[in-house]
Amino acid sequence: MARPAVLRKPLGFVGRYEHKPGAEKNRTHYCPGCGHGILHKLIAEALEDFEITDRAIMISPVGCSVFAYYYFNAGNLQVPHGRAPAVATAVSRANPHAVVMSYQGDGDLAAIGGNHIVQAANRGENIAVFFVNNAIYGMTGGQMAPTTIEGMKTTTTPYGRNPLTDGYPMKISELLDSLHAPVFIARTSLHDPANIRKTRAAVRKAIQYTIEKKGFSLVEVLSMCPSNWKMDAVSSQEWIRDVLIPVFPLGTLRDRGSEAVEMKRPVPTFDPAKVREVLGVGGGKQKALARRRVDPKYADPSIRIAGFGGQGILSAGTAIANVGLEYGYNVSWLPSYGPEMRGGTANCSVKIREGSIGEPEATQPTVVIAMNRPSMEKFEQILKPGGTLIYNSTLIEVEPGRKDVETWAVPITGIADGLGNTKVQSMVAVGAFAGVTGLFGLDDIKGLLPAMFESEAMVLLNEKAVEAGYDYVTGMRR
Amino acid sequence: MMARKLMKGNYAAVCGAALAGCEAYYGYPITPASEIAEAAAAIFPKLGRTFLQAECETASINMVYGAAGCGKRVMTASSGPGISLKQEGLSYCAGSALPCVVVDVMRGGPGLGNIGPEQGDYNQVVKGGGHGNYRVIVLAPNSCQEMCDLTMLAFELADRYRNPVFVLTDGVIGQMMEAVELPEPVTIFPDKSGWAVRGTADTHHLINSIYLAHDELEWWNNELRKKYEEIEKNEVRFEEYMMDDAEYALIGYGCVSRVLRSAVEEGRSKGAKLGLLRPVTLFPFPSKRISELPDRGVKGILTVELSTGQMVHDVNLALCGKARSDFHYRVGGNLPSAAEILDRVSELYGV
Repeated sequence: MARPAVLRKPLGFVGRYEHKPGAEKNRTHYCPGCGHGILHKLIAEALEDFEITDRAIMISPVGCSVFAYYYFNAGNLQVPHGRAPAVATAVSRANPHAVVMSYQGDGDLAAIGGNHIVQAANRGENIAVFFVNNAIYGMTGGQMAPTTIEGMKTTTTPYGRNPLTDGYPMKISELLDSLHAPVFIARTSLHDPANIRKTRAAVRKAIQYTIEKKGFSLVEVLSMCPSNWKMDAVSSQEWIRDVLIPVFPLGTLRDRGSEAVEMKRPVPTFDPAKVREVLGVGGGKQKALARRRVDPKYADPSIRIAGFGGQGILSAGTAIANVGLEYGYNVSWLPSYGPEMRGGTANCSVKIREGSIGEPEATQPTVVIAMNRPSMEKFEQILKPGGTLIYNSTLIEVEPGRKDVETWAVPITGIADGLGNTKVQSMVAVGAFAGVTGLFGLDDIKGLLPAMFESEAMVLLNEKAVEAGYDYVTGMRR
Repeated sequence: MMARKLMKGNYAAVCGAALAGCEAYYGYPITPASEIAEAAAAIFPKLGRTFLQAECETASINMVYGAAGCGKRVMTASSGPGISLKQEGLSYCAGSALPCVVVDVMRGGPGLGNIGPEQGDYNQVVKGGGHGNYRVIVLAPNSCQEMCDLTMLAFELADRYRNPVFVLTDGVIGQMMEAVELPEPVTIFPDKSGWAVRGTADTHHLINSIYLAHDELEWWNNELRKKYEEIEKNEVRFEEYMMDDAEYALIGYGCVSRVLRSAVEEGRSKGAKLGLLRPVTLFPFPSKRISELPDRGVKGILTVELSTGQMVHDVNLALCGKARSDFHYRVGGNLPSAAEILDRVSELYGV
């Protein structure tokens, strides 16, 4: 049975526009002859007919439609200029069941938010975007928009838009049509009843695809702006037909709804057991390794390890810090960080202390491990008097300059090469550090290697490396 | 004792977020904060939570706005140049009373500066760097453990006050590794159904910062101001080290406070009665505690920053001219050493 025709607002609108200030709670804020009201109504009718007002969320932009939230019977977010697609992205992901719509004008979407719409479309966000193209900035009083056509006078193109200085009208639908992800892109117009009906169909298709979680849809709607075009309502409609449409041809640029598959978003878990498992929380009481008796001059070492990028400087430091932690010491590790450091020189500071650690940088180290000559020359300068310098004698052919420190010439790279893999020089250095300071036992370090390396072969190789470094320096001591 | 794991400060912040029930991470890569995005990208999907690398910093903070508006615990992270870009969205988050967490791992500036540690974002973060009258709560961790713990606290405070909360740290704390003991996951979350948009019939709320009528906007600003006063009353946090009998107080936050702690220890071993006052919250600032220093027998106060004089203005406001206030700084990625601080103390106070 046909529904009786009753003149009333569609349920997609709220009954009374309570958010609208002032006494007029039943009328929109739009100018006479403006297209926004028509498009609003098409959307509101669709929300009613699809029965989705409960789960509809509307993102209101900045521009004339900044107050879209006055009208729609939905959850509403008003957002900064141009950012609606970014906000809609997060809203859609936060509420995968919701039908998220973004309503934007041409200044908002094509100018200040140009990148956001391209990127949201490219990600195929499950949102419906209603893009009002009236070739001008409305709310701010008629300035040039990216969509302003050639020769068109606006308050900021008083002599007409000149492509040589102002660029050409931007065709957003065509631009987005070059992307892989969007499901539906159409350009329609509001200038006469036939085209309003086509707009109605496009709006419904975009909303339908969003309900079906098929991804990104955009409907670009050519819309009248009599106030800023300085025309009456009828001339505005004619101007769209005669002038605007030749620049922005109407039609469906893309409809891949039948091929698109329903999007699945992950379901977040807050199950404490799962969170603990993923983060590795707990694991019970950690049994510290038995501390070794350490010569006071090697106790609480402040260590600087330095060399070329690629010599495993940072990983040697990490290994020393990790072993120190296993003995129950407080440890810190601070790298010279960042991509600019890669391939150049690298150094890190490691502190191992009984008490709490203040400054993490070893500004006056008690131990320096120098893997190449520039590092030795740089860091032996700041070595504490009476401190320990372990240097890689394979690559450093000169003697250290400092005579008030203990020096250990260890052919670190040579030992690693002898084991058939230069990369293990970092673990040779760790072994040498342990052997010199007596802070770590060889077997203790070996016991920790399975947790540091993935394959059994690497564990074995690094065991040999640590042992070789350790044996070399303990042999020197003998 | 629970097991302690060696991890970077940046990684620890993400662990804290995951433990606090952060449901989404939206961010953009920048040194020295990138490990935060990388850790979130590794961890969040395993928990069914959202990680998205946004197209830019403005997008990421607006995604935070969207997720926060839907009542989700959400975070982003960046460093100085990125925080500058996020200021627009932060103003909207504050103006719409949205809880969210932003981690700022400060680097050298102005402009592109460099990627070394600095504290030059103090003003743009602590004073509320975007447009309009708003404040954000600012927590300043100085260890990897605190990167985890204070990030967790940040989510609690954000929800309690419906306000953005910063975890403001520096390249040193973000990049260094220390042992961290991860706390138990949070299991009780606040009910936000009274204001958050959830795509249901009973959450047809409005997230908005527009108040067209002048009186209404004045009312809203007054409401915000009352909230900030409440925060100032309840949430001041600081740490003191050897302050009981200190004659000279060193004031610094973040990695600087670590150096100052070493300086206090070394100075004490040489007979100089030094102490450390370390603000843990930068907004609210421990002004009252600092204002009491002259009455506690402190003869000299030295503020140390990795910026050319930002926090020291808050110290001076607190002191109100009642005591001698001195200042020392390093910038450009350089850190002062404890020895350098002691030289400065000796030059200023003759101890």
